Amino acid sequence: MPSSKKIDRRIWEHPILEFKRGKEVRFYFEGEEMKGYEGESIAVALYASGIDIFSWTEDNRPRGAFCMIGKCSSCFMVVNGIPNVRTCREPVRDGLRIERQRGLPDIPRVTRDEEGLESKTLETDFLVIGAGPAGLSAALKAAEYGLDVILVEDHFRLGGQLVKQTHKFFGSKDLFGGLRGFQIAEELSKKVSSNPKIKVFLETLAYGVFKDLTIGLASKKGHYKVKAKNILFSTGAYENYLAFPGNDLPGVMGAGGAQTLMNEYGIRPGDKVLTIGAGNVGLIVSYQLLQAGAKVKAIVEAMPQIGGWVVHAAKVRRYGIPIYTRHTIKEVWGNNRVEGATIVQVDEKWQPVPGTEKDIDCDLVIISVGLTPDTKLLAQTGAKMKWIPELGGLVALRTKYMETTVPGVFVAGDAKGIEEATTAIVEGKIAALTAVLRVLGHVDKAVEERRQLVQYLEQYRQSPLLSRSRRGIEKATIES
Amino acid sequence: MGKEMKKHPIIVCRCENVTLEDVEKAIDEGYTDLESLKRKLRIGMGPCQGRTCLPLVIRILARKLRKSPDELLIPTSRPPISPVPMKVFLAEGEDDNEE
Repeated sequence: MPSSKKIDRRIWEHPILEFKRGKEVRFYFEGEEMKGYEGESIAVALYASGIDIFSWTEDNRPRGAFCMIGKCSSCFMVVNGIPNVRTCREPVRDGLRIERQRGLPDIPRVTRDEEGLESKTLETDFLVIGAGPAGLSAALKAAEYGLDVILVEDHFRLGGQLVKQTHKFFGSKDLFGGLRGFQIAEELSKKVSSNPKIKVFLETLAYGVFKDLTIGLASKKGHYKVKAKNILFSTGAYENYLAFPGNDLPGVMGAGGAQTLMNEYGIRPGDKVLTIGAGNVGLIVSYQLLQAGAKVKAIVEAMPQIGGWVVHAAKVRRYGIPIYTRHTIKEVWGNNRVEGATIVQVDEKWQPVPGTEKDIDCDLVIISVGLTPDTKLLAQTGAKMKWIPELGGLVALRTKYMETTVPGVFVAGDAKGIEEATTAIVEGKIAALTAVLRVLGHVDKAVEERRQLVQYLEQYRQSPLLSRSRRGIEKATIES
Repeated sequence: MGKEMKKHPIIVCRCENVTLEDVEKAIDEGYTDLESLKRKLRIGMGPCQGRTCLPLVIRILARKLRKSPDELLIPTSRPPISPVPMKVFLAEGEDDNEE
């Protein structure tokens, strides 16, 4: 095995991002001393130092970075003797001992140093689960009207996937037009952290829904049962996987995983890239990979035309990146990491056309074939769900005020169906205002504000660019 | 190190190491609903709780049965939605006196 000591995948110069790294820390990976920086997760610090393999399956298949946002299971490792630690969510610190797992881990030895865990029942007007654009906006809006808010987030920082969005937002100033996604995240997070009405639980998992809609929270500090008058599920989404030989090899990564590495942490996810999927995400991530110093060899798209907006496609084409429509990935090869891939043309029935194979020299394959709303927790409330392909799969039916079929249970952002951050911000506010009205009774100002926001969303979605999600929204909306 | 070196399987479920071949074979054997597939193959029962495999398996099954995904019954989501260390449930606090 090559020495990993000299590899540093950190980006030190970037055209638009500046990475503020914390204090240097030293930890041990399988006995070898390694360095990382405060503010990095364990998985990120390892990847930055050239570690591609995070675990081995029982039959010796290597697994590496895949989603990087706490949704998959590919970064589970043994940390200080505790197995199955989700290392993409675990801050790196001095002195940690980290080992890979092979198949099922051993049962950990009982340790006695875990005293001080608390168990509490909490009550609140408004529980918000997920601190992305929808959740942050909702928490702020509810607090503005005097509600007590609890905001829960499994990551160690606020912002959700906004923290890795580097493009400037379109739209009006009050919806952050002109700002880049991560700047919006910074602004919202600062406001939330300094708001005395909002109690923030970071590194906390809302793991289940119980009797009378009590929500169970688990963190390193303890166990909490939250009884809330209103609950917003702003739990985001996870990336769709794609079936092809070698799809589990390290170096095959979700588009969002690559984005997390390069834009949130400043780590180059690979040097030579093949992107699968020419929707907006595939196009934008390909462009961002260029900014991170990688070479993008090709973008393939199975549909006969590019799915993303012309403006994004034009951007990557200016850099000479070929976009192959009616093409798909046939396979990847490599032993412990992607060493190349074969793409192939498909016919009208999506069947590969023999003789059209092309080999692509790459060490990173980005899967960007859509997202699925994360409704795992929401579904436990008993809210009525429906499969709506335009919104990415199974979603909750809800009113235009974002309330599901369970009174007081709300959904907003990608969890209600895949759209983007601007609509998530507006939906979060609409949900919060509805919660305000449920707690305080009739408030003229809240009613009027909500009316305007609902109207804004309706107009925003009239754009032909958004016709698909508009169709989905219509199918998911029920009478209020 | 060439493409001829090693043939890789097509993985559908990363947690439980289930391949596309496993899923298609099970469907052909008559496991034509998600609950049965789950019981036979453990899809959706690993630590990611189906976040990787289920959207794929739903589409594979729908295609094989020539149905639309909304005609399939989706497995029930249950707590915990992600792994939780057992020690959390041993935490002592005010609740012990309350109940």
